[in-house]
Amino acid sequence: MLKTFPTGGVHPPENKLTAGIPIEYLPVPGNVVIPLSQHIGAPANPVVAKGDMVKTGQLIAEGKGFVSANVHSSVSGKVSKIDTAADSSGLKQTAVFIDVEGDEWLDTIDRNTNIVRDIMLSAEDIIKKCFESGIVGMGGATFPSHIKLNVPSGKKCDVLIINGVECEPYLTSDHRLMLEKGEEILVGTSILMKALKVEKAMIGIENNKPDAIARMTSLASSFTGITVHPLKVKYPQGAEKQLIKALINREVPSGRLPVDVGAVVHNTGTAFAVYEAVQKNKPLIERVVTVTGKSVSKPGNYMIRIGTPLSRVLEAVGGIPDDTGKIINGGPMMGKAVSNTDAPVVKGMSGIILVPAAEAVRKEINPCIRCARCVSVCPIHLEPYLLMTLSERSMFERAEKERITDCMECGSCSFTCPAGRPLLDYIRLGKSTVIRMARQKVLK
Amino acid sequence: MSPTILITIISLSLLAFLSAVILYFIAQKFKVYEDPRIDEVQALLPAANCGGCGFAGCRNFAEAIVKSDSFEGLNCPVGGAAVMGNIAGLLGRTAPVSDPKVAVLKCNGSTEYRARTSVYNGVADCRIVHNLYIGETDCSYGCLGYGDCERACAFDALHINPVSLLPEISDEKCTSCGSCVKACPRNLIELRKKAKKDRKIYVACSNCDKGGPARRACKVACIGCSKCVKVCAFDAITLENNLAYIDATKCTFCRKCVPECPTNAIIEVNFPPRKPKAEAEVEAVKT
Repeated sequence: MLKTFPTGGVHPPENKLTAGIPIEYLPVPGNVVIPLSQHIGAPANPVVAKGDMVKTGQLIAEGKGFVSANVHSSVSGKVSKIDTAADSSGLKQTAVFIDVEGDEWLDTIDRNTNIVRDIMLSAEDIIKKCFESGIVGMGGATFPSHIKLNVPSGKKCDVLIINGVECEPYLTSDHRLMLEKGEEILVGTSILMKALKVEKAMIGIENNKPDAIARMTSLASSFTGITVHPLKVKYPQGAEKQLIKALINREVPSGRLPVDVGAVVHNTGTAFAVYEAVQKNKPLIERVVTVTGKSVSKPGNYMIRIGTPLSRVLEAVGGIPDDTGKIINGGPMMGKAVSNTDAPVVKGMSGIILVPAAEAVRKEINPCIRCARCVSVCPIHLEPYLLMTLSERSMFERAEKERITDCMECGSCSFTCPAGRPLLDYIRLGKSTVIRMARQKVLK
Repeated sequence: MSPTILITIISLSLLAFLSAVILYFIAQKFKVYEDPRIDEVQALLPAANCGGCGFAGCRNFAEAIVKSDSFEGLNCPVGGAAVMGNIAGLLGRTAPVSDPKVAVLKCNGSTEYRARTSVYNGVADCRIVHNLYIGETDCSYGCLGYGDCERACAFDALHINPVSLLPEISDEKCTSCGSCVKACPRNLIELRKKAKKDRKIYVACSNCDKGGPARRACKVACIGCSKCVKVCAFDAITLENNLAYIDATKCTFCRKCVPECPTNAIIEVNFPPRKPKAEAEVEAVKT
């Protein structure tokens, strides 16, 4: 019997079309737009000006404040302007625009592909390096990684969990990374273990990736303390708290962090980025993005420089198919529709899915039939039907009491609802309103 | 008559009498005095329970106004001066003069002027669209057109035009209760001072972007060129965050700013049509 989390969850059709396609490097684009806020927290402060020449890997914006991350140039060339640019939702953010000239990397970056296993840096230096290199959670949440590595005093972390679950349908970027860069990920894991001062690391991989499980298991035998654990396929197992429950059977209480139960979770993509930052001195300037869809002519897993316009990426996969109804940034369950194809690829973009128009239509909204299926699939014991009604009627104080902020927006409720209720739409609204209200209260 | 029925009647009558006596004493003991004027004031109010006064309903407003010594901060926008005057008469006070107001939409980005760049097929609720993304056009400030204001209006004064996808406000029906102002997630509705013949001059735009992006998103966006600020002789127009604003209390309705605006973002409503310049001159010569 394979491990999984006990409550709720769904099993959407997997559609992992690109699982067998090796990672391909996308050519450097002619120009890039690098947003200064690609992470959760305060936007970074630009340290370059219009007209400056930058090299690949050079720091262009410095993280300020406690929760923030550095941003580096992913190309070499000239800064054409620092201005607002629309992200994939059309909302404007400050970004650095660079016109590409050649591809000249900083001399300090080791571009050799040989694997360096010896970890030279101390725990403190590793954390510092992660901050300097702009490492953020690569699973999509983009929380600055160095903060997660600093275990607060008084708390003790005894296990590191590496998230290779990739429970979202369609996405295969972590899967391919484990197959092709497995050893790097394991060295990255050892680095993270050293930073956290833990002896044990567990890699959780869902059972629909047997090749990745086999590969990681055989590689892990030469690393001390790292074990690989196959997990039953169930969405949303890739969520931090669900993965902790599945692997070590500890429950993170509401409003608390994984470190409160002695665990820290990092994504495989993050482990790889940490390896590159610490061993190769390479900041986070590119990432694997799964570009897929049933009608896409060249779907695949592409290593893309941060800041590459989406339109360039879509061109590279053979253009937007005629039957496309929706382009999704992220997985089909949690991702958001893209309204602006000029938006750049950012650190948290794990996939781009081109959904045919026939599949992109929303279900007709019907009255609630009180079947309570949303309640049974909610992995965190919430009552989605109630939260939806409360948000719809602007009863936000009550929604807060019903723990709307615990919702991780996995969308299992909306996916399951036989009446097509827009549960998550309203819960998202309520959650963001409650968070905003709480912030205003703090400011007062 | 059978004894059973008789016993029943007697026992029930006794019970009723006993209960009446107990209830009478309880009522005396726990009597709550309520100012009879509250009922009288409530009878004068429009009974719309719209919340425009800031209270939960007309009853709460009546309680507050009777309890308070002055009318400060208390006004029924729906009833207006007439109702407030009646209440003042009843309570033996003088009602403050409050300007009647009317709601205006600070966006003119109809489908004709503002190109749709994406299609939204989720729930028809402006709050959700606003929370989710920029909206179906490239303007992050403009009207979303999903009718939160229409649903909030208790007076049937506001309807989304199916062609322009913008709400249209009826000056006659609008009571300036402010429900739509609160409902709009993009703060596009403003209550402005009512002028004679329902005349209005205002900047029908809320876009704070710089000129270029604003213009690209919408043909009638305020581009912050400040031409109107310069032409206004009464200091009624201010420019902040690339957006002009006309102060209704200072505006004299001279209409000079309207033709000055290069994007027609300033609109005039309920004015007689302008005479062409040549004709106007001829007329001036005649008189």
